[in-house]
Amino acid sequence: MELLGTYNYWVYVVIMMIGFYAVIARHNLVKKVIGLGIFQTGIFLLYISMGVVRGGSAPVRGPGTPPDTLFANPLPHVLILTAIVVSLSTMAVALAIIVNIQRRYGTIEADEIHRMDREEAEAPAPSPVSAGAEEVAG
Amino acid sequence: MSFADHLPLLVLLVPLLGGVLSVFTGGGRVPWLWACSVTLLTFLGALELFSIVTTAGTRTYALGDWPAPWGIELVVDTLSAIVITLVSGIATVVTFFARRNVEKDIPADRLNFFYSLWLLAITGLLGITATGDAFNLYVLLEISSLTIYALVAMGKETDRRALPAAINYLVMGSIGASFLLIGVGYLYMATGTLNMADLHETLTLMREAEGGFNRTVLTSFAFITVGLGLKMALFPLHTWMPNAYTYAPAAVSALLAATATKVGIYMAFRFTFTVFGSDFGFLQPPNSTVLMACACGAVLFGSYVAIRQRSLARLLAYSSVAQIGYIVLGLSVLQTDAVTGSILHIVNHALMKGGLFLVVGVVAWRLGSSDLSALGGLGRRMPLTSAAFVVGGLGLIGVPGTAGFVSKWYLLSGLLSSGHWPLAVTVLIGSVLAGIYVWRVVEIIYFRPPDPRHAEVSEGPVTMLLPVWILIGLSLWFGVHSAGPVALAGEAARTLLGQGG
Repeated sequence: MELLGTYNYWVYVVIMMIGFYAVIARHNLVKKVIGLGIFQTGIFLLYISMGVVRGGSAPVRGPGTPPDTLFANPLPHVLILTAIVVSLSTMAVALAIIVNIQRRYGTIEADEIHRMDREEAEAPAPSPVSAGAEEVAG
Repeated sequence: MSFADHLPLLVLLVPLLGGVLSVFTGGGRVPWLWACSVTLLTFLGALELFSIVTTAGTRTYALGDWPAPWGIELVVDTLSAIVITLVSGIATVVTFFARRNVEKDIPADRLNFFYSLWLLAITGLLGITATGDAFNLYVLLEISSLTIYALVAMGKETDRRALPAAINYLVMGSIGASFLLIGVGYLYMATGTLNMADLHETLTLMREAEGGFNRTVLTSFAFITVGLGLKMALFPLHTWMPNAYTYAPAAVSALLAATATKVGIYMAFRFTFTVFGSDFGFLQPPNSTVLMACACGAVLFGSYVAIRQRSLARLLAYSSVAQIGYIVLGLSVLQTDAVTGSILHIVNHALMKGGLFLVVGVVAWRLGSSDLSALGGLGRRMPLTSAAFVVGGLGLIGVPGTAGFVSKWYLLSGLLSSGHWPLAVTVLIGSVLAGIYVWRVVEIIYFRPPDPRHAEVSEGPVTMLLPVWILIGLSLWFGVHSAGPVALAGEAARTLLGQGG
């Protein structure tokens, strides 16, 4: 059963794409960051799935464990623990920046922030630079 | 084991511990002094490591004494040694420069945290260069990225636009790093190892046994290429970069422009050559065609958009997009001279762009802005700073006598001898466009009437001019005395392409 055998991998791709869609399609920065979190969760599933050994038990070895016990591969688990920590830190930094954006812009919608920045750039700023240049030219 | 055997680890440990301890350095000038001494110490270690590697060959270090491929291994070969020395050297110069800019941009009670992030970012960048383990590379990449997102966001004190720039960088950067993580995962599934040298061996055996690669390996190559493209801001994945460089604190922009993108390109070299191997056909058409198209797009688009910018920092950021294009162009043709040119350009561009962004730092500190409209008549008020810009700008164009000429020469001769003359034409067009954007600034600095608002402005202090001229002077030095760097870069290129070494 090809499809059932790779069930985990199908789920990983679907979860990842849901997250990726949220990152691209949402304007709300918090929703974008949630999307990023879902995206990275998909990758956790990929790593956990690749550590599976058919018939293998949890990779814990005690004094009574028979020497021929089949274990799951513990390395991907360890790797993904690191990646989970990284993902959490990313989330923390992202949320800290978003809090600051809310304070300075009063909104966390990416399109509104973009509009505010553009209006600010295009507004006829009281620029003594251009005024000064005209004086010199005149 | 002697002291020298531990050097590969020490150049990482010193800035790592320094970064953590920086939190406890209090306020005033102490955090800056601390950061200066830590980076200087790292640089001295890197120099020693560099001389060992160039005389005695590749150094490896088994972390925690776990032998590779089970443990994490640090591997410093010629290319790593070049990049480690470059990153730590530029970090030292920029840190020394940074004090006045940082005091202006960052609240006084957060200086210790700022320098802590600063040192951790440098640790991550150095670690990426030293590690020989694919997953460890991802972790170190995230260490440098996370700290750099925070550093960029610290530009909020002067301009709130630093915040959207930082979150945009964070989202795109995290996706790039996640793609790298997926790619490394697929590689592990296919080979069962994470050590780069071991990965290459396993892939070679696999290719011999099966006559090709299965889809897992190909998918991994695709994910890693796109992920690294995002990280090194390769056109059209560069959109996070101009804003991040423009609105970050001036000192941070200089550090980023000179080191972070270069380390991104280093990762691309490492994966394309050391892991996947130049003889495996990953970089044959259509793959190489896509890379070349992206690189040409970067050169033309970056240079053209740079002409139209109104802020000096932004102009230089778009110019960086173009320069990354040159470097990737050299990588994509798999020809020794072209790769030599690419490696030289990593070093030369880091020196020139680092120096130019330091010029922006001096200007921003004196004028409070780096808008081109404010720079009128600067040539008379700040002659040394302006001259530094002119020399750096000539390097960007690739005028003979500057380092930019040497690297472009090798790149061009590599492109021509491998029959890629349309790419060579692109390089030349890019240089002409560079001439236009550099001239635009020169015209404003020297021939526009001075801006009365800045009538009082005088030359920057010696402690700021010295670092500027160290970097700019070095780029001139490498332009004239090019034999040494060329021989080194050639050796690194031959090692990468698997021709001896």
